[in-house]
Amino acid sequence: MTDAAESSPNLNLTRVPEVGCAPIGSAAEMHLAHLWESAPGWRGWLSTVDHKEIGLRYLVTAFIFLLMGGIEALIMRLQLARPDQTLLTPEQYSQLFTMHGVTMIFLYSLPILSGFSNYLWPLMLGSRDMAFPRLNALSYWVFLFAGIFLYASFPLGEAPNAGWFNYVPFAGLEYNTGPNIDVYALGMVLLGISTTVGAINFVVTLFRMRAPGMSIDRVPILVWGTLTASVANIFAIPSVSLAFFLLWLDRQTGTHFFDVVNGGKPLLWQHLFWMFGHPWVYAVVLPAMGIVSDALPTFCRRPLVGYSAVALSTMATMLLGFGVWIHHMFAAGLPTLALSFFGAASMVISIPSAVAVFAWIATIWLGRPVFNTPFLFFAGFVILFVIGGLSGVMTAAVPLDFQLNETYFIVAHLHYVLLGINVFPVVGGIYYWFPKFFGRMMNETLGKWSFWVMFIGFNAGFFPMHLAGLLGMPRRIYTYAPNMGWSTVNMVTSVGSFVFAAGILLFLVNVVISLKRGALAAPNPWDAPTLEWAMPSPPPAYNFAVIPFVASRHPLWEDRLDEGAGRSSLDQGYLLMEGRETIGTTPLDAIPDIILKMPEDSYTPFFLGLFSALAFTGLLLHWGGFTVLMALACSLSLIAWMWPRKALVQRVPDIKQNTGAVHG
Amino acid sequence: MAEAMQQDKPLPVGSEGKRSGGWWGVLALIVTEGSLFGYLLFTYFYLASQTEQHWPPEGLPALAVPGMNTLILLSSSVFVWACERCIKYRQLRWSLASMALAFILGVCFVVIQLNEWSKKTYDMTSDLYGSLYFTITGFHLLHVVVGLIILLMLLLWIALGYFDDRRYAAVTIGGLYWHFVDVVWLFVFTTLYLSPYLY
Repeated sequence: MTDAAESSPNLNLTRVPEVGCAPIGSAAEMHLAHLWESAPGWRGWLSTVDHKEIGLRYLVTAFIFLLMGGIEALIMRLQLARPDQTLLTPEQYSQLFTMHGVTMIFLYSLPILSGFSNYLWPLMLGSRDMAFPRLNALSYWVFLFAGIFLYASFPLGEAPNAGWFNYVPFAGLEYNTGPNIDVYALGMVLLGISTTVGAINFVVTLFRMRAPGMSIDRVPILVWGTLTASVANIFAIPSVSLAFFLLWLDRQTGTHFFDVVNGGKPLLWQHLFWMFGHPWVYAVVLPAMGIVSDALPTFCRRPLVGYSAVALSTMATMLLGFGVWIHHMFAAGLPTLALSFFGAASMVISIPSAVAVFAWIATIWLGRPVFNTPFLFFAGFVILFVIGGLSGVMTAAVPLDFQLNETYFIVAHLHYVLLGINVFPVVGGIYYWFPKFFGRMMNETLGKWSFWVMFIGFNAGFFPMHLAGLLGMPRRIYTYAPNMGWSTVNMVTSVGSFVFAAGILLFLVNVVISLKRGALAAPNPWDAPTLEWAMPSPPPAYNFAVIPFVASRHPLWEDRLDEGAGRSSLDQGYLLMEGRETIGTTPLDAIPDIILKMPEDSYTPFFLGLFSALAFTGLLLHWGGFTVLMALACSLSLIAWMWPRKALVQRVPDIKQNTGAVHG
Repeated sequence: MAEAMQQDKPLPVGSEGKRSGGWWGVLALIVTEGSLFGYLLFTYFYLASQTEQHWPPEGLPALAVPGMNTLILLSSSVFVWACERCIKYRQLRWSLASMALAFILGVCFVVIQLNEWSKKTYDMTSDLYGSLYFTITGFHLLHVVVGLIILLMLLLWIALGYFDDRRYAAVTIGGLYWHFVDVVWLFVFTTLYLSPYLY
């Protein structure tokens, strides 16, 4: 068993995976570290395919976008704090609210969840990496470049300015002649590539990369959430990419898809956009709900109540989520039958959401809650979810929506939903997994302060928006007259938004202080049940020294829960160390199926991402030759990537095998 | 120890056919690309159902050449399939010939389709139908070209002796993508060429 580790990489086509132990410091463990660690310096930085590194990059990049979008919001709140302000021109205001939406919805809310899932999935599932490590790196690089692309025209005062939903004909060439919308259209197609390959990676990882014994009914809820979101993205992203591409064609080549004069239909844009847009809303909340479903029980000292119900309701939400897009178009003049159907579907969707809410409440109720910072964020999330869900059911009623449409009530609803169900679980999740990420605990006192400041600021900021909406204040106006009766609510909202920002600032201060001076974290500081807590904090490059055998949903709580059916084996398992290797298992029962050869670090993803971003830049600037050149570079990078390699046993080894003589 | 998990079973190593990651990856890719074509055809039917123009403006499309081209594309799929079977049964020369034939048939499809394009009296910007026709067939043609590059690479790799009956996942995976491109054409063909005959 040990001598196999010393010999040169074994290219046998079949073998019995060796079972053994590899405690820290043993020869086997050091060999694994040698195999999996990236090169130091910029080389490793550009070429790494380690899911933990990529996950952290996603988290940091997306959080920076959150701060940028937040600053845009604060500038808008300064403008709206009092009537008749002149801080911003109408055009500046349009660009700010558009970029605020684009940033928060596309560059923050899903990428931050991809960050969590990238980092945590292999650790939770008992694997050494994602199914496609290089694709993972590509997904990050393209996301980064698309983010930069979308912001490229901002300093020139030519940022997208037609709202994040970008309705035609206002976004068409007739009313919007500058580069603003072209940047948005091409940037979104580019970003779509990143999201799609990321989603494919998650789906295949779930089906193939779980530790032996981690059958489908034993995976954490975060995995269910991200799986559901990823499947939805695979179906939904093409819709928005196509819509933006057709719009770009209309603007640049003179096609007629949205061109009213020549038979095109502006409503086509709304259909394509919202057929994507509504599933996307669930894609950016379901993994966050998964964070709560996994982390909240740790602080209630008991398993989640109704695991199966929550897992099924996660998928039911998404399934229904594909059939409610018309509720964004109630006021667009569609037939009454369509309105009734989609209104009813939008009400029905509250049922699976309520199942999850009652599961969390029951978990708190039946547990022994520990009131520390992550718990506060998760409990706060439940309250905000209920408020946001309630205003959602209200707007699902067609007659009421006619009244509330295009008012601040909608703004209030969507912020309760997106901040409540995304930002609060995300910040809570960072408090929870920070020790795993960096090996240090976050400061608890500062943490509690940051929660209360954020929670109070959030409600002070966004609850009055409901009132502003009921008082008739429309969305997207850059200022208002003093005699409209909206002055007080707007002032309260602006003050609240700055209090909320102060809470975020406290959180950031806490991150910086804790990174330097936080108490060192043990492998499992919260006494949590899932696999990621079974390894040192931060985890080694290879994740699991041996691939564990999993016997239950809570591998680290088995002794006290006594869920029956044996015990998981964490110290003894598959060694798999003839090159970078991990185990592939069957999709449902997780029975070992194949020994997967994992790729080495590679520069190809970085260059493929760079070339594709440059190709889109060429399209934007009408540099035909340059675009063709970059497309060619992309093709060559892909061919180099796909070239079958002996080391990965993608092609036959030179030495003929003795038939039947299996190594072992 | 976990239940009666059998731990001493020999397992395949590396990219083994349908157990390889790539097979699952290309399945997911096909789902998302299939959706893309679904949305494209939705766009066609949505605009066709709402238009007040004569549809298609040039009258019903002729079926002879596109029909023949459809058969050419489908037959190339058959040869890709045959190529994979030949590798499985260690007939490497036959597999090489079969893949070469599939590639040539694919190129024929592209040439005939480009010729079809050049015969049209309208272009992308003439009217709504022109925009739809050239965008939808253009999307498909782009996929055919990508598929042909894949077939060409597979041809090269087979010629270099990279594959035999033990490891040939790349052929399975690349072949599946080609089958997808061909099946999608059936939907595009039905939409653009057959459905106008129904109303």
